[in-house]
Amino acid sequence: MAHAEGQQHAYAEGQQHAHAEGQQHPIGIYLKIWGLLFILSTASYLVDYFHFQGYLRWFLIIVFMLAKAGLIVAVFMHMMWERLALMYAIVLPPLLLMVLLGIGALEADYTFVTRSVFFLKGLF
Amino acid sequence: MTQTQAIPTNTLEPLPLAEGLQGIVGDWSSDQRAFKKVPWGKAMMWIFLVSDTFIFSAFLISYMTVRMSTTEPWPNPSEVFALTLFGRKIPLILIAIMTFILISSSGTMAMAVKFGYEKNKRMTFILLLITAAFGASFVGMQAFEWTKLIMEEGVRPWGNPMGAAQFGSAFFMITGFHGTHVSIGVIFLIIVAIKVIRGDLDHQRPGFLTGRKGNYEIVEIMGLYWHFVDLVWVFIFALFYLW
Repeated sequence: MAHAEGQQHAYAEGQQHAHAEGQQHPIGIYLKIWGLLFILSTASYLVDYFHFQGYLRWFLIIVFMLAKAGLIVAVFMHMMWERLALMYAIVLPPLLLMVLLGIGALEADYTFVTRSVFFLKGLF
Repeated sequence: MTQTQAIPTNTLEPLPLAEGLQGIVGDWSSDQRAFKKVPWGKAMMWIFLVSDTFIFSAFLISYMTVRMSTTEPWPNPSEVFALTLFGRKIPLILIAIMTFILISSSGTMAMAVKFGYEKNKRMTFILLLITAAFGASFVGMQAFEWTKLIMEEGVRPWGNPMGAAQFGSAFFMITGFHGTHVSIGVIFLIIVAIKVIRGDLDHQRPGFLTGRKGNYEIVEIMGLYWHFVDLVWVFIFALFYLW
């Protein structure tokens, strides 16, 4: 009897372990994030609709973009519930792209100056 | 007998996992799978998505480079993508609708994953199909947008009447690659939905190209891909249409 009970206990534990592999969360959190993404998308659309310009436009666009991206990755893709090892392996490498971004911007500025000198002043 | 009992030799119990930075070192150096509590298929999908991130970033950064370096004026996306509805010209309205559709499809996908792990076949099937329908309508709207741009505005990959020639090539390259991702996603959503309703995942029937047993993890893995497609659109919407 005690043996059977022990087995049952082990079985329950096994079930729990199998359970831990999947990501299960209440449906409410998905609906809330869904609503939040709608609000953020509307906000970024309104930035264009009301013709915000200059640094304010850039600031708002980037903030809304990163907020939406963060919510999708964290909640919809379950990243906030994963272990740190996976989180770092996935989220850190794309930060390298900042280097490519910087190189691209430098090169673009240089090309623009060169083109301005040779094309716009007719010095060809 | 008593001596052997004193030494902890119970190999059935897994050792407790360390947290924080120690956890990272422990997980990577433990000569087992590095990503604990994650099925291997899911880890592989994440790694694929990282590589896809680099592809889309390369497109977006090259787009930034050509846009910053051109001396011609860049066509104003707000006007190019405006639609006349009810006699009024509304800027970017089609793109805004497409954005809401894709976000909604992400919402239904997330719920499909939840119902999948609850083994609720019916709800998972319905939500997967709704997600696929949202995705298909997104592709349809994109086809409409491309047609309008090519036929009415005269945009070509090598030039357009509104300004910088690079506009066309950057636009077709970036949205075309994203649309391809959405189309492939729709096909896979339908395949997963059929597997769910047929009960393949309950009976652990192996997949078409693999001997591995099917289970509801594939719904979550499908979800990761689909959310990524939505994620890329967030960046395209902000950087291409709103810049």
